[in-house]
Amino acid sequence: MKKIIGVIVITLIAVACSKSDDSNPGNGGPNDTFNRGAMLTNIADNIIIPAFQDFSTDLNGLVTAKDNFVATPNQSNLDALRVSWYNAYKTWQYLEMFNIGKAEELLYSFQMNVYPTNTTDIENNIVSGTYDLTNVNNNDAVGFPALDYMLYGIANDDTAILNVYTAANYKNYLSDLVDQMQSLTATVYTDWTSSYRATFIASTENTASSAVNKLVNDFIFYYEKGLRANKIGIPAGVFSSTPLPSKVEGVYREDVSRALALEALQAVQDMFNGIAYNGSSSGESFKSYLETLNRSELATLINSRFNTAKQKIQGLDANLKSQVTTDNTKMTEAYDALQLAVVSLKVDMLQAFNISVDYVDADGD
Amino acid sequence: MSMEKRIKKYLSKTTSTAPLAVFRIGFGIMMFYGIIRYWLKGWIETIYLEPKFHFKYYGFEWVKTLGNYTYILFLICGISALLVAIGYRYKYAIIAFFLSFTYIELMEKTTYLNHYYFISILSFVMIFLPAERYFSVDAYKQKKEYLTVPNWTIDSIKLLLGIVYFYAGLAKINSDWLFKAMPLKIWLPSKYDLPLIGESLMQQNWFHYAMSWSGMLYDLLIPFLLLYKKTRGIAFFLVVFFHVFTRILFPIGMFPFVMIVSALIFFDSGFHQKIIGYIKKIISAFSKLKTPEHFPFYQIRNKGIILSMLVVFFILQLVIPFRNVLYPNELFWTEEGFRFSWRVMLIEKMGYANFKIVDGETKEYFYVDNTDFLTPLQEKQMSFQPDFILEYAHYLGDHFKKQGHKNIEVYVKSFVALNGRLSQPFINEDVNLYAEKESFKPKHWILPFNDEIKGL
Repeated sequence: MKKIIGVIVITLIAVACSKSDDSNPGNGGPNDTFNRGAMLTNIADNIIIPAFQDFSTDLNGLVTAKDNFVATPNQSNLDALRVSWYNAYKTWQYLEMFNIGKAEELLYSFQMNVYPTNTTDIENNIVSGTYDLTNVNNNDAVGFPALDYMLYGIANDDTAILNVYTAANYKNYLSDLVDQMQSLTATVYTDWTSSYRATFIASTENTASSAVNKLVNDFIFYYEKGLRANKIGIPAGVFSSTPLPSKVEGVYREDVSRALALEALQAVQDMFNGIAYNGSSSGESFKSYLETLNRSELATLINSRFNTAKQKIQGLDANLKSQVTTDNTKMTEAYDALQLAVVSLKVDMLQAFNISVDYVDADGD
Repeated sequence: MSMEKRIKKYLSKTTSTAPLAVFRIGFGIMMFYGIIRYWLKGWIETIYLEPKFHFKYYGFEWVKTLGNYTYILFLICGISALLVAIGYRYKYAIIAFFLSFTYIELMEKTTYLNHYYFISILSFVMIFLPAERYFSVDAYKQKKEYLTVPNWTIDSIKLLLGIVYFYAGLAKINSDWLFKAMPLKIWLPSKYDLPLIGESLMQQNWFHYAMSWSGMLYDLLIPFLLLYKKTRGIAFFLVVFFHVFTRILFPIGMFPFVMIVSALIFFDSGFHQKIIGYIKKIISAFSKLKTPEHFPFYQIRNKGIILSMLVVFFILQLVIPFRNVLYPNELFWTEEGFRFSWRVMLIEKMGYANFKIVDGETKEYFYVDNTDFLTPLQEKQMSFQPDFILEYAHYLGDHFKKQGHKNIEVYVKSFVALNGRLSQPFINEDVNLYAEKESFKPKHWILPFNDEIKGL
């Protein structure tokens, strides 16, 4: 008995002492260290910053088109302005999920895309002439949804709309909205290209406030709320007793809601697979992280669920509002398809990464 | 010798009171520190004050949360811990500690931890032990110190510690833990931040298995290694190493230090006299200690009743952890019989629960946003434990009933991932949970586990 105990104790000690032996760092089984730094670098350099560059260009175009329209409010300038708005809106879908750094600090996405927009607040602002667009109470009166109303919903037809913009206070509000979006974006973009990129890439610790953990949690949060709920679920009435068709994105323009949802889903999938914003090359990503952790089957499942959701959304009417009112079942089916990926991300992927979902620290058992 | 004679002989054995006194001091100080730490971390607010709704233990639904009076409860708990440490009005102090601490734990089921349960039952046992008869304010005030107490008083603590470790070891004898190195295979690689070993050792496959097996062996053997004099030294070294190492790896708070200090009870009286001598030296720098009159042996009052109670207590402790065999289906999946059995840090489980409120007549429905009702910690704990899911379903049903919705039925679509397996459906989504009642019977609405885990 003593000998057995002795042997076991010695084994335990040997195992314990071997903690100081770090030879052969690369000689492991399937759990070789994943290079989180490389993943963050790939995401920053090939996804976030190029998307911001593109968005910045789009917003510059939007400002120019706005200036032209404000100077000369005619049909052709209105059309050009609308085109600029739509292009910028599509690019925005690639940025909304990155609620980190300056964007988090400024509550950037809350000042860019809160919908449905509050037309009462907008009209009140215009009438009063004095407003602070950065105030939290104005989150539902700024950004793309506000522009959607200003360009499409503010009167019954184009002639009436052009008539509205003979008034100075309407022009001012329109102008201020666009300028504010550009200014916010410039701040966030500059932060990325100056100091934040380095901070971001270096922050690989497994703590609640590290860039890695925040990125994963933000990604999942955006997918669940920004995409699944806001664009499809809420309008389909999934969270309420009846459908709410007027809560779709781009509700005044009417025919862009599906297109924006598809852009967002593409952005999500590309981000998951680490695919560059410009082009199709890929780098380290959540997908490759899962593969390193020997969970390729999960990565494949996630992608297949994204693909199914994409198909379902493609089968919807370009105008999601009318899809809800004509045949809501297709909307709820699209929702269900999106929902499956939520489980894979929020349960399986988070368990594989062993990242905590919440920021409450209590003694784990 | 007959069995009865053997038992009588054992019960009449005596030993020095010193280890009991040192244990009392250590326990009191650590509990005092634990309460303060809990307070300073803001957990009183996040766990007991902020949530709109609290999960309760079955049979203890009457335990109310106290709003701002919670602070008073914690104050009582902390102060009584301090009084236990110094041994002032020990009987009242330890009873107050036991009641206040247990009440705190009963207010919110979300924070169930095996080591909180351990502290509850340990403090319960300590009510009946003469820990204040030596080196305590009570003893010094009464000017009476008792040099020996019955062996069984100190052995009770050793037995309780032994049960905790041994059962924790038994729990680790299962195919996931030993043959798949799960869940360590998930937890260890994520500790890549640790210096030196984070990117190397923590990632190695063999290391995951070594940790699983040695963890199991440690738990099973350590009580015996501590008991046996010749291995005690090494055993204590292992205790320190094991608990410090797990503390570095996992966010388990005070528990490692509680276990390290508790393990001292296995050492002989000479060791404890030295500790007491050391403390005496420190105290005498501030005030003169008048040594009380020494009496040889402390006769416990109501010995018969106390002994019978302890016997029942330990029988329960030995039997309760096995109650899971009464339930069908995989224990790690259904968790029926999982708590109160020293299954410590044994599984990695995450879930997702989406609740649907349906009007039974019109068939209209909507989904619930859990963040409207639960804190992130509560939502996380709820998502993979069926009794929480049932309780929450009733809470939702009642809530929407109050809002005026009619014919309420509550369904849940839920998925759970266990120990790295792909997530599977957890609860039968066609069962109206609002109509189900909590009981000790097996919950037929938990879906079967699509895999097998062999174990005790």
